[in-house]
Amino acid sequence: MTITAILFWFLTVLALLGALMVVSSKNPVHSVLWLIVVFFALSGHYIMMNAQFLAIVNLIVYAGAIMVLFLFVIMLMNMNADSEPQKNQWLKLAGAIAGGALMLVLVAALKDTETRYRSLEGAEGNIGLIEQLGKVLFTDYVLPFEISSVLFLSAMVGAVVLGKKD
Amino acid sequence: MPVNYYIFLSVALFCIGIAGVLTRRNAIIIFMCIELMLNAVNILLVAFSKMHHLRALATDAATTVGTEAQLFVFFIMVVAAAEVTVGLAIIVMMYRNIHSVDINFLNRLKH
Repeated sequence: MTITAILFWFLTVLALLGALMVVSSKNPVHSVLWLIVVFFALSGHYIMMNAQFLAIVNLIVYAGAIMVLFLFVIMLMNMNADSEPQKNQWLKLAGAIAGGALMLVLVAALKDTETRYRSLEGAEGNIGLIEQLGKVLFTDYVLPFEISSVLFLSAMVGAVVLGKKD
Repeated sequence: MPVNYYIFLSVALFCIGIAGVLTRRNAIIIFMCIELMLNAVNILLVAFSKMHHLRALATDAATTVGTEAQLFVFFIMVVAAAEVTVGLAIIVMMYRNIHSVDINFLNRLKH
């Protein structure tokens, strides 16, 4: 087993375990913390695929900002007492079966595709660095970039309007 | 690593997210499962970006094929951040009105 394979399996197991714990923990705070674990594992995957900028952005934006927002809201509501009403067992079973069936269908459909002969080995290429991404972002994709700033402004206004006590 | 492994990782994460949305009643946890599904799509986009970049590198050493997919992931993160702000504001408002985040109370459309 090469070091790449070991890292891949470690990060994959970590991501899947974290995702399962997000879904299954009773306490919402634990769910948030496990989701942060998932984001760290995915950032590791990004680094292994030469997407260094995305790895850092994933850590800063998701694990740093969004998850802190979630934690704030959970603590604001004082929900860390695990008093969540549960769905009944049959509904839970049906949900799990539905997710599993979708996974079965997707895996069965994709397992023989042409992509299985393609390998992602190799560290060459620098498209994931900020220089390359910045060049493309500010030349070809400058309009979506500006539009996303308007989106942020409207999201900010929307959050303030929704959060106001009336 | 073959690309297929990354596809299966992405599918598994996505399906765990779907199962979470279907089985939980806490609105915040449902929201976090949606974030999980967004991230599953992101890792798929990055894997395909690397795949196409490696293919293009074989013919041209200075190619920039694959940058677009990574920018797409960047925009998905941007939209997700905006979505989280508004979504959490809605959840806080809902908590203020009905003192619970249980989505089973949101059944007014049925009556």
